[in-house]
Amino acid sequence: MWTLIQQIFPYAIVFTIPLLITALGGLFSERSGVVNIGLEGLMVVGSFIGALVIFKLQAAWPGNPFILWIGLLAAMAAGVLFSLLHAFASINLSANQVISGTAINMIAGALTIFLARNITGSGNVRITSGFLPFDVPVLSSIPIIGDLLFTKTYPTTWLILLVVLLSSFMLNKTAFGLRLRACGEYPQAAEAAGVNVRRMRYIGVMISGAFSALGGAVFIVTFAGEFNGTVAGLGFLALAALIFGQWRPFGVLAATLFFGIASTLANVSQVIPSLAVIPPFILKVFPYVITLIALVLFSKSSQAPKAAGEAFDSGKR
Amino acid sequence: MRNMVISLLAVVFGLLAGALLMVVTGHNPMEGYKYLFEGGLKNPERIGNTLATGTPLIFTGLAVAFAFRTGLFNIGAAGQMLFGGFCATAVGLNLDAARPILLLAMAIAGFAGGALWAFIPGLLKAKFNVHEVVSTIMMNWIAYWTIYYAVPAYLKGEYLETESRALPPAASLREAFLSEWFGGSYVNLGLFLAVIVVIIIAFIINKTTVGYELKAVGFNRYAAEYAGIAVNRSIILSMVISGGLAGLGGVAQYAGNASNIQIGSLPSQGFDGIAVALLGANSPVGVLLAAIFFGLLYSGRGFMNAMTDIPPEIADSIIAIIIYFAATSILMERFARWFMKRRLSARLDADGRKGE
Repeated sequence: MWTLIQQIFPYAIVFTIPLLITALGGLFSERSGVVNIGLEGLMVVGSFIGALVIFKLQAAWPGNPFILWIGLLAAMAAGVLFSLLHAFASINLSANQVISGTAINMIAGALTIFLARNITGSGNVRITSGFLPFDVPVLSSIPIIGDLLFTKTYPTTWLILLVVLLSSFMLNKTAFGLRLRACGEYPQAAEAAGVNVRRMRYIGVMISGAFSALGGAVFIVTFAGEFNGTVAGLGFLALAALIFGQWRPFGVLAATLFFGIASTLANVSQVIPSLAVIPPFILKVFPYVITLIALVLFSKSSQAPKAAGEAFDSGKR
Repeated sequence: MRNMVISLLAVVFGLLAGALLMVVTGHNPMEGYKYLFEGGLKNPERIGNTLATGTPLIFTGLAVAFAFRTGLFNIGAAGQMLFGGFCATAVGLNLDAARPILLLAMAIAGFAGGALWAFIPGLLKAKFNVHEVVSTIMMNWIAYWTIYYAVPAYLKGEYLETESRALPPAASLREAFLSEWFGGSYVNLGLFLAVIVVIIIAFIINKTTVGYELKAVGFNRYAAEYAGIAVNRSIILSMVISGGLAGLGGVAQYAGNASNIQIGSLPSQGFDGIAVALLGANSPVGVLLAAIFFGLLYSGRGFMNAMTDIPPEIADSIIAIIIYFAATSILMERFARWFMKRRLSARLDADGRKGE
């Protein structure tokens, strides 16, 4: 049993990280009052731009270690630009945010493959090499924790965990965080207190674009290795994790880790005898069914931002 | 009228954006559109294929539009369509009956399967106020994995693990005389079913008490409740009918356009249904027209791809951009108003000059 956990855990973390950063992006957007169902599309954009930039640069300068980081940055920039479409529609034009997000998903899915086909012909973009897993010196020799948390880790994992910490601090302990949350709870009151609601919402959506795109790019450089037009529903799973984590950074961390472990178990169940007795179907639908159940359980005490999904009307009381 | 202008403007802008994309990627847009439309309309066979491609979109578009009338956003048409199609395929492969009875049984099974898949989100919405967008997304993935394991287990094909056995001719919606009319196209009875269903749904929405109640809940659920309408029942009923329509879309797709069901993908028609409903302004006739227009783009793209080197995904891109423009209808309205004003002032100017 122990060896099983020990084997699975590093993979579960690798799977968790893109999910985590994407859900965290969604958290900023929804906390500012804009529902962002386009996380999946923003991830696709990030995975495409990340893969493309890395592919081009690796061809030009083979073996340069900074290329992967440049790819991640480029993906974030592209994510911010793309999320502006959603921000403009839902903040300036008072469009239905769910429909706008759906449009984002569809545009991202179609446009990236269209461009990839123009560039590579096949529509796939394969990077030569991604990040290599490493054991953290010293820490990995700690018994138990060392094996679980500090072996076979990626640099991006640590970066993103740091971002989670910072985000939690920023949301709960700074004036900026308070203003952002106010815009998602009661924007009219926030405006009366002198907060520029539209600007805060723009910031929230742009952060969600940057983080989701980073998630998509991390997905490429850690385990996918190739852009092929989708991120396999990870963006939607991140949306579920956001609700499951009740719109709090550490709640989201726990929820995504849970999904990461559940999905990894489902993926490896066939080769591990003690898991092969459970029908794979049960393992595969487990995260989704659990989310449905959680939605029911939380329905009475939901911590959802109250104004999320509503267009801001400054005169409404 | 206003809706129609906005939809047409969205289409125009979508096509313009598509042209821009072609230019940016170094293709000739005039040539691209010429082959795109020729590919969908050139001869009876291609027209038939356009109609057939549009058929499942009519159902999924109607499904999304119907739920939208009750204020529900059914984003799970893909899962409902998949599960409905699976139920219909299971009936078609296992039931031995005369053709009309068999086809009827398949349609009922498809409707019931889709309805069941949408009943759960409807129930969760009515009883626990769980947002239907999230629950239907979850149901989509549950459908995906259900089909992924159920098809190989129960309906496995002869050669491939990834698809079901092919339906026998008696269980297919294809009809020899229709294919002959349309020069060998795969247009099928699904199209007639779709037109009948459009009429029925238009009747339900516009002429019946049930439809009135559903719409009332969509406008303001509290006012509807105050007026004595059973809001929770209406929400569940609306979702069930919506899911059933998407399930029929599965029948049209898997037993009409295709002859078996494949695993490993959620049908794109489910998501395109959102686009169809939006472009059709949630009215049944609008949905019909929008679905056929999207069918045209989808069926013409192959020909365009064969004649030029423009990737076929241009059609998907255009559709996605059209929804974005339809979603930002205020932008369209502003544009229309600005355009009208400019024309009006131009005319006034002209009149003024005449007067001098």
